[in-house]
Amino acid sequence: MIQTKKNKTGAFLGLVAAVVVLALVVVLENTLPSTSQLFIVLKKGAVYSLVAVSMNLLNGFTGLFSLGQAGFMLLGAYTYAILTVPVAQKDTVYYLYGGSALNFSLPDLFGGVDTPQGLILGVALAILLAGCVAALFAWLIGLPVLRLKSDYLAIATLGFAEIIRAIFQWQALGPVTNGANMITQIPTFTSFNIKNADGEVILRLSAFVPFLVAILCIAVIVMLINSSYGRAFKAIREDEIAAEAMGINLAKHKMLSFCISSFFAGVGGALFAMYASNAQAKVYTSTMTYEILLIVVIGGIGSVSGSCIATFLYVAASEWWLRFLDSEMWIFGVKVPFLRTGFRMVVFSIIIMIVVLFFRRGLMGDKELPDLFRPRPKKTARKAGEHNG
Amino acid sequence: MEFFISTLLFGISVGGQYALIAIGYTMVYGILRLINFAHGDVFMVAGLMGIYLTSSLGAYLSPTTILVSLILVLVLTVLLGFLIERVAYKPLRTAPRMSVMISAIGVSYLLQNTATYVTGGQPMTYPAIPFLSDTITVAGTPIKWVVILTPFLVVILVVALTQLINHTKVGMAMRAVAKDFETSQLMGIKINSVISTTFVIGSALAALGSMLYFTTYQAVTPTAGAMPGLKAFVAAVFGGIGSIPGAVIGAFLIGICENFVKVLPFEGATTFVDAFTFALLIIVLVFKPTGLFGEKATDKV
Amino acid sequence: MKKFLAFALSCSLALTALAGCSSTPPSSAAPETGSPDASAPAAQSGDKVVRIGVFEPSTGDSASGGKKEMLGMQYANTETPTVEVGGETYSVELVYADNGSTTDKAPTAASQLVSEGVALVLGSYGSGVSIAGGPIFGDAGIPAIGVTCTNPNVTAGNDYYFRICFLDPFQGTVLANFAKDKFSATTAYCLGEAGNEYDQGLIAYFEQAFTAAGGTVIKDSFPTNNSDFNSYLNKAKDQGADVIFTPVSIAYATQIITQAADLGIEAPFLGSDTLDDNMVLEAAKGTNVQLYVSTFYQEGGNPDFDEGIKNYINTADGALEANGGNDTIAAVSAMGYDAYYVALEAIKAAGSVEPADIKAALWDVTYDGVSGHIEFDDTNGDAVRDTAYIKHSTNDGAWELEGVQTVAQ
Repeated sequence: MIQTKKNKTGAFLGLVAAVVVLALVVVLENTLPSTSQLFIVLKKGAVYSLVAVSMNLLNGFTGLFSLGQAGFMLLGAYTYAILTVPVAQKDTVYYLYGGSALNFSLPDLFGGVDTPQGLILGVALAILLAGCVAALFAWLIGLPVLRLKSDYLAIATLGFAEIIRAIFQWQALGPVTNGANMITQIPTFTSFNIKNADGEVILRLSAFVPFLVAILCIAVIVMLINSSYGRAFKAIREDEIAAEAMGINLAKHKMLSFCISSFFAGVGGALFAMYASNAQAKVYTSTMTYEILLIVVIGGIGSVSGSCIATFLYVAASEWWLRFLDSEMWIFGVKVPFLRTGFRMVVFSIIIMIVVLFFRRGLMGDKELPDLFRPRPKKTARKAGEHNG
Repeated sequence: MEFFISTLLFGISVGGQYALIAIGYTMVYGILRLINFAHGDVFMVAGLMGIYLTSSLGAYLSPTTILVSLILVLVLTVLLGFLIERVAYKPLRTAPRMSVMISAIGVSYLLQNTATYVTGGQPMTYPAIPFLSDTITVAGTPIKWVVILTPFLVVILVVALTQLINHTKVGMAMRAVAKDFETSQLMGIKINSVISTTFVIGSALAALGSMLYFTTYQAVTPTAGAMPGLKAFVAAVFGGIGSIPGAVIGAFLIGICENFVKVLPFEGATTFVDAFTFALLIIVLVFKPTGLFGEKATDKV
Repeated sequence: MKKFLAFALSCSLALTALAGCSSTPPSSAAPETGSPDASAPAAQSGDKVVRIGVFEPSTGDSASGGKKEMLGMQYANTETPTVEVGGETYSVELVYADNGSTTDKAPTAASQLVSEGVALVLGSYGSGVSIAGGPIFGDAGIPAIGVTCTNPNVTAGNDYYFRICFLDPFQGTVLANFAKDKFSATTAYCLGEAGNEYDQGLIAYFEQAFTAAGGTVIKDSFPTNNSDFNSYLNKAKDQGADVIFTPVSIAYATQIITQAADLGIEAPFLGSDTLDDNMVLEAAKGTNVQLYVSTFYQEGGNPDFDEGIKNYINTADGALEANGGNDTIAAVSAMGYDAYYVALEAIKAAGSVEPADIKAALWDVTYDGVSGHIEFDDTNGDAVRDTAYIKHSTNDGAWELEGVQTVAQ
């Protein structure tokens, strides 16, 4: 009884928080100058936080160590891009192949990207399909590899991501994937800005859209984690054998977690294509997976809000706050030493190392944001090893 | 036939270079259960040190300056490996396994970004090492000596290493720590020094590997360690991670297969050079989930 | 403690975000190389400043080329640091953003330039980053002038992207014709990086022209970060290739050339504009490799410019290092130089420093630069160019002009 009540207030608070965040994003975007770098950070942060949470679902909540996230993002990004290039633009985009093999585009089916329903329905459907394609591939890949344990699973999924990337770079598939070329001219976040008849923007929604999709998806993941499935996932994480003894179907639940995580990674990939306004296989390398893994661990394995906070801090620090380190600076006629291109990333990696070494359970441990404001229980066994960095 | 032989030779040579890196991965994994993602970058840094040291020691390269700088590279790389272990891994010994791995990824980032900063993003050219860089003609193809010597050197090193592990006190300690971390501590083994020794050996091999590798492929970029590192890691998993002979055999197999895929006569086949390596790995793992020579994992209840 | 920490962290993003954007953009944009005096007058005298964004890679695969392209712009900037707009003198300030040679870092680098209020953008070296950064400039209404990005998709579908160099279809055809004319080649071996739009695009156009002229093409690709080219080159030799076409980035090109030298490959190498770089030249030095590249400019084309930029490279702080250690003039430096002047022409023609006005004026800008006559076509804003220089390495560290190749478009 108490449990359900707590869940209800939690859900209510979550809803309120989501609405506040969304409203804040819309207000910020329409009041601050649109040239601010804040918005690109917000957009990338929203996209990455979804991917980070999806990875956390797998690595943090189910204890399956997978490094295939970039591969599933790639699948999502390409599915989205292939399905949304306007028919009229196909010849330009697929110029090496004399047009695309697919002669339709989802937004065009609903009236074109310039109409609200064409844009919203087309993009929404494409994002959904992006997730489905990623989930389908996850299922296929999961059949052989989910039997593997820990690091072997990690390297196998990493390998699959590389194989997927090679397939999408294959020139023979060019009429569909555009080979090595990027797929451009796709609807992006800025397509959602509302314009008046003169083409002037009257309401900016370009940061609102990724936030909306990311929040919806993360909400679904959170609900899943709090459901009986989520408890089964956690049981598998803690002890596979015990979980199996409790009657949890290991293969089924692992597959479920893998497919759901990949679904959201696919959605994240579609959003990333919208953010970058193109899809190109070259980007989705293992480096990207490591980056996301880094975010997940910095945020705290097993903490959804930790992943989100870590994502925004990570993106803002690496792409924005530290940028001044890349160029020379003169203070009172004295040249500040060390500052030149590349110094930003050196400082950034040192910060990462400090965080990793001194917050060994991540910023949030396995707690969620609201947990920190609850009166804490007198003694927790975990506290002992938590903060002695 | 000539073509076949030369491709095979290149494959064996690449395999030998992967093997030297793979040993470092597999030894660390065997003892700490840690995928040391920074290992490939230590290898790259060793390459950069080779460039900077030779150019700073002598304007023109005489055999002595090269020898001195190579020894210095070896010493400094060992020092780097030792330091990385002490600073980035040792404080996390009681932390969750994932944290240590992230620390390794962090170190890898740091090394790559520092290399980018120091080199200014330009590819650097590795100096030619006398004798090793000279070419001879085998089966109608001119081949550098290093290509021919690498596999022999690897075999000698592996034999020496297995002797060390099986017949010395340190080796016994290593095996004990690999088998059971806590118990060996109780038995009075100084695990920290054992782990340090592992890192020292691994880094020394990485330094040696870098000399052979960059003598063959002379450009050193900040990401030059990433691909050999990943391939070596795949090789280690392939052979059963934790097993030194397994890693070496895996490395040679991957090196040879990779070079044959590169010369397949089908159009577009070469897009899948790396993919093929991974596909091979996945097939092996599906049939032997712990690699070719890996110990069978037993679940303790 | 824990509670406070978490709270501080969660708030810090929001707070600093607000603080960061309400304040004016920091003027952290001193040139990367060049003497401090160059930018000092702009800051001191308080006269009007127009900012030009330099969107170039200074890290990553294309760093070497990006830095040389920037050198041209920096030299032009020291030569002509001001521009007359509507009777007033504006100082020109170059604002740099490193796009890291990767398409996933390019949007944030582009947005940095946008946030610093640049009037127009020059760059980038590398087509992929230009395509990825393009929409950011387009959304902000800032025109961009592509300097050496040759992929057709840079300008296609983006009203705000112009470019002053020739395109891949042209370059691929030029090189295919050259292979036919010069070497009477019947078999060409093409090697490019898998998944790189620049490499694969050029190979596709090369193949089109080469097979149309009756030749056969063997195409191979290598994975990113590959450094073992022995087997590929050996295969080319085994298959009896008459020419080897390698339109790859500089880091790979140096590897291919050194390994080819060791293998004693006799077939001539054809390269695209990326190979016109003194690091590649160094790799070919003292070897028997025959290396031919198509490019935008050949040293000696304009003696005044050559002398001036050599002087700049040798004297300016860090310039020699950026140029790869010697003062061979890269064609991309000449292009960067021209791009800067095209930008000034556009500002003058617009009579304003507003991006929208500059964009409108750019369509009609014509300029006779060191790399030839520059004007833009009416459809995409691509340069109207029908000439490429072909030069070959003399293998003692210099280029020699082989000929000028023209293709009717």
